[in-house]
Amino acid sequence: MKDKWRFSTNSLGRRLLLQLLLVAAVLSALLYLAVRSVANQAAIAAHDNILGASATAIAEQLTASEGEVLIDIPYSAFSMLGAISEDRVFYRIDSNSETITGYEDLPVPEEVSIRAAPHYYSAQFRDSDIRAVALERLITVDNAPVSVLISVAQTRRGQDAITARVANTAAALGIGFFLVAGLMSWLATRSTVRPLHDVAGAIGRRGAHDLRDLKSPIPSELAPLVNALNGFIARLRDTLHRNETFMAEAAHHVRTPLATVRTQAEIALRQAETDESRLTLRSVIRAVDESSRSATQLLDHAMITYRSDQLALETFNYSDLVAEVIRGLSATAELKDLTVIADVDANLEYAGDKVLIECALHNMVDNAIKYSTDEGQVDIQLSKVEAGIQFRVCDAGRGLGGSVQRDLTVRFKRGLNVSDIVGSGLGLTIVEHVAEVHRGCFTLISRSGGGTCATLTL
Amino acid sequence: MFYTDFSFGGRYVRNTYALKMSAVWFCCLLITVNASAFEIESERLFESDNQRNELRILSSTDLDYMEPIIRSYQMQYPATSVLYTVASSIELYRAISEEQANYDVVISSAMDLQMKLVNDGLALEHQSSEVDALPAWSRWGNSLFAFTQEPAVLLASKRGMNGLSMPQNRKELIELLRDNPEQFNGKIGTYDIRESGAGYLFATQDSRQSDAFWRLSEVIGSLSPKLYCCSSAMINALHSGEISLAYNVLGSYASAVLDESDDGSIVPLTDYQIFMLRTALLPKRSKQPVLGGTFIDFLADSANRALIDQQVGLPAINGEVFNTHQHYRPIALGPGLLVFLDKIKRKRFIKAWSDALLQP
Amino acid sequence: MRFLLVEDNTDLANSVSARLKLDGHAVDWAADLRGADGCLAGASYDLILLDIALPDGDGRDFLARHRAMNRDTPIIVMTARNAVSDRVKLLDSGADDYVTKPFDFSELEARCRAVLRRRGGAARNVVSFGGMEFDALAAQLTIGNEVRELRNRELRLLEILLSSPRSIYSKAQLCDRLFSYSEAPSENAIEVYVGRLRKKLEGSNARIETVRGVGYRIIDQ
Repeated sequence: MKDKWRFSTNSLGRRLLLQLLLVAAVLSALLYLAVRSVANQAAIAAHDNILGASATAIAEQLTASEGEVLIDIPYSAFSMLGAISEDRVFYRIDSNSETITGYEDLPVPEEVSIRAAPHYYSAQFRDSDIRAVALERLITVDNAPVSVLISVAQTRRGQDAITARVANTAAALGIGFFLVAGLMSWLATRSTVRPLHDVAGAIGRRGAHDLRDLKSPIPSELAPLVNALNGFIARLRDTLHRNETFMAEAAHHVRTPLATVRTQAEIALRQAETDESRLTLRSVIRAVDESSRSATQLLDHAMITYRSDQLALETFNYSDLVAEVIRGLSATAELKDLTVIADVDANLEYAGDKVLIECALHNMVDNAIKYSTDEGQVDIQLSKVEAGIQFRVCDAGRGLGGSVQRDLTVRFKRGLNVSDIVGSGLGLTIVEHVAEVHRGCFTLISRSGGGTCATLTL
Repeated sequence: MFYTDFSFGGRYVRNTYALKMSAVWFCCLLITVNASAFEIESERLFESDNQRNELRILSSTDLDYMEPIIRSYQMQYPATSVLYTVASSIELYRAISEEQANYDVVISSAMDLQMKLVNDGLALEHQSSEVDALPAWSRWGNSLFAFTQEPAVLLASKRGMNGLSMPQNRKELIELLRDNPEQFNGKIGTYDIRESGAGYLFATQDSRQSDAFWRLSEVIGSLSPKLYCCSSAMINALHSGEISLAYNVLGSYASAVLDESDDGSIVPLTDYQIFMLRTALLPKRSKQPVLGGTFIDFLADSANRALIDQQVGLPAINGEVFNTHQHYRPIALGPGLLVFLDKIKRKRFIKAWSDALLQP
Repeated sequence: MRFLLVEDNTDLANSVSARLKLDGHAVDWAADLRGADGCLAGASYDLILLDIALPDGDGRDFLARHRAMNRDTPIIVMTARNAVSDRVKLLDSGADDYVTKPFDFSELEARCRAVLRRRGGAARNVVSFGGMEFDALAAQLTIGNEVRELRNRELRLLEILLSSPRSIYSKAQLCDRLFSYSEAPSENAIEVYVGRLRKKLEGSNARIETVRGVGYRIIDQ
């Protein structure tokens, strides 16, 4: 059941799990991207702040003297940049759009109003990605304002390293989240689908003929399903009941007149004057017996075919069952003055479908009695064997008469030497079928001194 | 003499040693395959017996110091010949930044210029277990690696001190000079930072450490100081009795020379002592960066520190020293070094320095 | 024996009654459960032959009621249904045995005997003839102090002969009654059983006489 659930593509649990996993994957990806972008922005902001501080430190030292702008870059302006990462540092100081010191080719923003606040920007410089800040200050030189532009830039390796670290952390976080969410999804799916399993289990554990309504507590979502199921069971129950009633009625209506015919034939036979009428009456009785027996075995065979799909396995006392079968048939055996010798181990318990086993044992014993010669002996043996349990019925009858077992266990096929005995040809087929569905084995062999041994091993 | 002539005005002042070496230099020029426009001071090929490749090193460090290192390197890589070219740090900087000279390793004590080469993207990255084992302060990213730590020290001549007690720090030095102007007038030597890259680096870093630098400069300026191009010249002048005190001398050179005379000695100043780092990098235009990497690894390898310490006579990288001596300050590798390379900044600093030192 | 036949089908009831009467049994017939109760109230029976499908109720309900009232008259059900489950159910509900319609009267008799024998309590119906006592139920002959067991066919043969002493039964008649109709009758077999029975009767005055060309009869010498 479980495996079915796990591997079936149509599984509700699987679908739910897949959807939850999909959601978890999307959330993990979002988490990854969010952590990365927030952390990157934070890293950039932190970096920008230091660049800004560096540029500001330079700007603080701007003075004017004797008609020129004096620049005194503080040592800390660059050493503070060295403190955060081992990145290369570039700077440029322009006075009235003319570079007065630093890297003349360092890119600076064009025509952007940067007087108000430091302007941060990214650029390419000397084959490297850089992050830069530009800061504008107005210095009054000889009563005229001079615009001084201070740019400080740094390569982004430290930042890239942080980004990579953050990416790794974010990825680990994302994967971790996904794993936890996956596990929880799995658990949630299991617990969600469990009631379904419970219902399925409750139905699966039932005996083949248990048609009661399902009453175990179920989640409200499953109520319609279970109600429908119960409705279906009820209809099935009705149908089966009607069928049973019908069969019973049918059997009654067929068998009762047959019984009348047979009884009257017996009476008539008793009073028969001529051999001719005697033979006629005997053949009437024979025909009645034959049709009755066929009907029984056909029904048994149908029942076995139906039951074998869903065996009602239970452990029961085989010794008692064998005793019961022998008792039921002892009257028949007595009529032929047969000696039935039962060698039955006491209290042998074993698993099986009791109804099917009973049917098989009944047919085996019945067969042995039927094919025994008068005053013969039938040996019945029930014993424990290595493989399980063995039931053996031996008669001293006419044997198989050259037929092989394979032929005898074919439906409606009868032995070559039994045309004088009433039979349907279904008895051994039934036994073989019962053996098959129990994964047992049925053998039929001729006895050396005449007669047949039928062995059913389960 | 090794850390001599670099100035930003592009003016090249040839030192005496360089003049002596000019004959050699011309010979070298004749045999050098790729004729360079930058001035080299000396060049030597350390040939291997079964040469398979040639490692080209451009360095501001004198051959005498590097020879034991190169020999030892060749023991490890016997198939490699080493062409060792010496140039002043400014010429070296120009060779790499402007003339695209073909070298595999560039070694210089001009931390700021080395830093600028790296910052301008002219250095390759290099990664190995050896460089990874370096202390964080002795490397910049994966591009610049230090292999010596050399202090700037105060040298004093016992004779010149004439019984006065040695100053313990810059404050005491200032007081000593103030209290004995007649004794020290014309007897103090220091770098001419206008000409000396090392002097400029020491002075700028000194100015960052303490205000005492400017007061000391004022005092020295009032005592008619003698200005020198280089440490060796100052050591020689002290040795000859021309001066009694030499300020900001490269200690690694001083200790080598002073061993021979009892007169001169290094005065340990306890307020702070600046350490310069000699660094190596792989120039971007190197045609065999892997080979260059092996030399960098050789320099960085902690197993070779004893070799640098003892056979070369330069103090190898040793972080312990800075833990035990709180006043030892290594100059930090980083973009801060670029600040004093800014032309305006430099102009201002030299003006301030000149105003203090060159009093009429 | 006295039978109560509970069967709603008149034809069958008449036939069965006639057939049982042929064997010398007494039969009362009730067409429904109410009639059966009435009969049981007025007389006692050796056996009840009960149909299942009756117009005023189910035979199984009657069985249950019968058992609940502690009546000890054995009941053999005549059922038209022969499904395995029905067989089991019938025995469970208190029937002593069952026969499936249509049934062989020899078999019915055998079952009756088996049921009565099992019950033990039924009145012994011992026939005395020619100095021997014949207990059909126990299948025993008592001659003097000697008890002789009879096999089934011997028993039935003796029963037939004793049902009308001195009457002559042809081999064919005997054959019809001793052997199943599903088997081919063999008149010679009769001679075997007659021979055996003669041996069993030795020591008594009862003798089976061969009436040449006609058949056999039992006589008291």
